[in-house]
Amino acid sequence: MSLDLVQMILATVLAAATPLIIAALGELVAERAGVLNLGVEGMMVCGAALGFAAAVETGSTLAGALAGIGAGMALAALFGVLTVGLAANQVASGLALTILGLGLSGLAGAGYVGLKREPAPHLAVPGLSDLPGVGRLLFGQDGFVYAALALAVAVSWFLWRTRAGLILRAIGDDAAATHSLGLPVRGVRFLAVLFGGGCAGLAGSYLSLAYTPFWTPAMTAGRGWIALALVVFASWRPARVVGGAVLFGGATVLQLHAQASGIGLPGQLLSALPYLATILALVLLSLGRRRGGSLAPAALGRDFTPHR
Amino acid sequence: MKRTTLSACLGALLLLAGPARAEDKLKVGFVYVGPVADYGYSFQHDLSRKALEQALPGKVETTFLENVPEADSERAIEKLARSGMGLIFTTSFGFMEPTLKVARKFPKVKFEHATGYKRAPNVSTYSARFYEGRYVCGKIAAKLSKTGTVGYIASFPIPEVVSGINAFMLGAQSVNPNLKLKIVWVNTWFDPGKEAEAAKALLAQGADILSQHTDSAAPLQEAEKQGKLAFGQSSDQYRFAPKAQLTSIVDDWNGYVIHEAKAVMDGSWASHDTWGGIKDGMVVLAPFTNMPADVKAMAEETVKDIASGKVQPFAGPVAKQDGTVAVKAGETAPDPMILGMNWYVKGIDDKLPQ
Repeated sequence: MSLDLVQMILATVLAAATPLIIAALGELVAERAGVLNLGVEGMMVCGAALGFAAAVETGSTLAGALAGIGAGMALAALFGVLTVGLAANQVASGLALTILGLGLSGLAGAGYVGLKREPAPHLAVPGLSDLPGVGRLLFGQDGFVYAALALAVAVSWFLWRTRAGLILRAIGDDAAATHSLGLPVRGVRFLAVLFGGGCAGLAGSYLSLAYTPFWTPAMTAGRGWIALALVVFASWRPARVVGGAVLFGGATVLQLHAQASGIGLPGQLLSALPYLATILALVLLSLGRRRGGSLAPAALGRDFTPHR
Repeated sequence: MKRTTLSACLGALLLLAGPARAEDKLKVGFVYVGPVADYGYSFQHDLSRKALEQALPGKVETTFLENVPEADSERAIEKLARSGMGLIFTTSFGFMEPTLKVARKFPKVKFEHATGYKRAPNVSTYSARFYEGRYVCGKIAAKLSKTGTVGYIASFPIPEVVSGINAFMLGAQSVNPNLKLKIVWVNTWFDPGKEAEAAKALLAQGADILSQHTDSAAPLQEAEKQGKLAFGQSSDQYRFAPKAQLTSIVDDWNGYVIHEAKAVMDGSWASHDTWGGIKDGMVVLAPFTNMPADVKAMAEETVKDIASGKVQPFAGPVAKQDGTVAVKAGETAPDPMILGMNWYVKGIDDKLPQ
């Protein structure tokens, strides 16, 4: 295998991992605050539809990305009002959000099916991007890829190095206790849900603007669900989200390359690899943490209504 | 006062005219598994609905339900049957059992189920010989490939897909017996991201022409981006890749749908199975583009020969991968063999997933 081919495969692995990283980081923050939002797929597909529509109308990829974030946030706000404000069941509301998102995106994107536009521009640093072996991988990706990696660092820093992050994690572990300290439980949870929606929308717009630059209904094809699994796989840690996304994306891409190069591996088995890896990781994690209890935020999925 | 009289008269007129008109018109319903705007499978079925309205103006009234999940289709089909439809087209394989169930409850309504194999006195089935189009594509690919390697993105190892691969390869071998076919199974009908990755992998392995049996335009776009060539799927996808699309195998149900509606109207409709190909106009190849004139001429002639029966994609001798004879010289593969194909023809260097 030539160096260029290896580089090309690694670059596509990173590109396949990017939407998973962005969406999973958003969900991670929401879950760290104690809110389980199963509507990632719905918010993502709305981000893809509106992101593409806005980019076509304005001609700007950035405007498209912002519209994608806005679409995700709008749906997340609805979810937040229901689950955080009115203490509705999070699982049911999240599933409803996915169904709503798939429908709404089809409606909003109906006029944009079959249009095409140039993919988001790739970085080109004179000299660096042409370096043999690593140039395209490190210095020739599109903006979304760098944004995803920066986001991972930022989320990690926020959760473990800032007071606000500490409060958010505390709320996810014990909402009642943090409430009795006078902290705004519902406010923080609502913002965390909004952040999760924004990230899901951005991840969706990456799909329709950079990864496969067109809009077609249901084009997320289950990536929102993979992002949800990824958060659990990563045991609610941003760095592990990146690692897991590369593993998930890598397994998909590598099995396709293995088939194309004629290595006789059964495709179905390789397609199932990410899920087998998740189960294995969960088993290992629970074995390692047997006495420490679950790694999940303690109040995950539980609604909170303050006593008046 | 005047106005009340007028509206009363109008109302009476409508009451009189209403039922009479409804009897004149045949109400036709369509059930689709995907969105009509998918520019693929469901889009093509909806084109036939529109063609029906144009062909019989004033005589038919059509309704469609899109995005009907296969698991929930019985309710949708029954809803149409209840609303006075005379003829209902259910257009996805998964609608088979629900269609039969509803058909038992509404014996006077005629049903048409696409791509299935179970029939009833008021249920017909219809499908198309897509493999004929793939044979033409194989010939074009073999003529145009500079690397001698063609990539094929496949969905699931079911007979329809396998017979498509075989027909493609047989077409290619009739031009270049040494052509290599690289096959990637993506295990999905629709996932633009994964289809694009498969396209990238095949192009990186030296394929310079792509063929696909999945539903999104992503592989075409990837070929366009890299300056390579590709075939579209289900409908004409030229708009996605004007520099890459060679042709596309288009499902054309228009003629069939109009014929069946007319049969219901004149009372000659009877339950039957239709498996039409290029000859019947059910399989159409989109305009041949991005190829030199001689290749285009060859492709057009092949289409003509398949239509006339001079060329049969599965005409013997056809050998299986391991060298055993599948179809003897001078014979052609019978339909049941094509409908149940679960083996590769000789020359394909891939192991069929089981």
